Amino acid sequence: MERTTVLGRLTWRVGQVVKTKAETARAKSLVLEFPDWPGHRAGQHVDIRLTAEDGYQAVRSYSIASPPDDRQVTVTIERLEYGEVSPYLVDEIQAGDPLEVRGPIGGYFVWETALGGPLFLVGGGSGIVPLMAMIQHRVARANDARIRLLYSARSLEDVIYRTELEGLAKRSGIEVIYTYTRSQPPGWTGYQRRIDQAMLGEVALAREEHPLIYICGPTPLAEGASNGLVALGYEPARIRIERFGPSGR
Amino acid sequence: MNARLISRGFHGRRQEPAEGKNLPPGQYLVEDFPVLSAGPTPHTPLANWTFTIDGEVDEPKRWTWEEFQALPRETITTDIHCVTHWSKFGTVWEGVSIDTLLDGVETAASYIVAYSDGGYTANLPLEDMTDGQAWIAYAFDGEPLEPEHGGPARLLVPHLYFWKSAKWVRGLRLLGEDEPGFWEVRGYHNYGDPWKEQRYWGD
Repeated sequence: MERTTVLGRLTWRVGQVVKTKAETARAKSLVLEFPDWPGHRAGQHVDIRLTAEDGYQAVRSYSIASPPDDRQVTVTIERLEYGEVSPYLVDEIQAGDPLEVRGPIGGYFVWETALGGPLFLVGGGSGIVPLMAMIQHRVARANDARIRLLYSARSLEDVIYRTELEGLAKRSGIEVIYTYTRSQPPGWTGYQRRIDQAMLGEVALAREEHPLIYICGPTPLAEGASNGLVALGYEPARIRIERFGPSGR
Repeated sequence: MNARLISRGFHGRRQEPAEGKNLPPGQYLVEDFPVLSAGPTPHTPLANWTFTIDGEVDEPKRWTWEEFQALPRETITTDIHCVTHWSKFGTVWEGVSIDTLLDGVETAASYIVAYSDGGYTANLPLEDMTDGQAWIAYAFDGEPLEPEHGGPARLLVPHLYFWKSAKWVRGLRLLGEDEPGFWEVRGYHNYGDPWKEQRYWGD
């Protein structure tokens, strides 16, 4: 089933948190199981709903980190300091808790093997989450699409999926380039600034390869990276963007 | 709705609505102005910008940027609601009413597709666009509309979820048959009434 898509009514489903994993000091992955998950495509997101005892509810959207090939559904959530929902999902919820989820949602910021490659992925902070689903999908399908990822994080400690990305780079040839914008590990010789046009000119897959480009991150990063790539001559129609923040509280 | 599932230990942060105001179901209030769009921000020079009304009309109409600026200008103060759950109260826009643009246009159409630079489209019933319900807005908070918010001009249809208010809009096509737009073919509701929480297909 290459195309598991949102065709029918999207209902609220109750899943169970079967595992939690701290990814960084601020980000946590929740592994969810559903009796009736309809399937999703890499890059899609879900709505998560919390309900207080008096019936008050709050809903926010979170990207799916796991590929469609997994039986479980993983979401990775970054705690926003003044957030209403994310602090609960990062700090309070525990394995065994039920969770109400609606999805999958979104039909444009998705990659499936039929779309081909190569892929140039640009992630900022927790913007790595839907890109990870794409990377893992390509690996799970033993697809040969070349993938290069440019990942902007504040520091090494803020890199989500650091170990997994190392493994994917070694075993599956995923090319990962980091830029650390606030502090750098000792001896770091790589990029240490926000993504800009010059950096994109150096690391983006060549225009002649007609890469399919996915950008996910805070609005300034998404605007900067996409404007930079368009200025460098990349085709706007092959650039797909998921922006978040500064709201999302 | 089913029996409620209580999120153990979740208290939430209730927002006191402003006087006489309510949030549509499932929305929360923001003070800033989030940006959401699916592709790169187009930057069309104003010298190349035109606005067109075409489709099932006796005669298409077209304005240059200068001509468009000369049309009667309205100031609109309104709440806006995004399908990604945020709402913003009391936003202030300036632009041209669709009533003004459709004045004198003879049509039997019942639907509109708004089309934009970059290929984005959004479909709406014609009756949701007339009688002071919709505008082409080119200023926000007294300043020219910024590109990432849809500048130089965007559609403004505040009574529907905000993806209907197409950014970078360049024209309206009047149609006899409904023609679902960019998000409407990708799982989002065809009409998008925030008060009925019509977010996705089947809502």
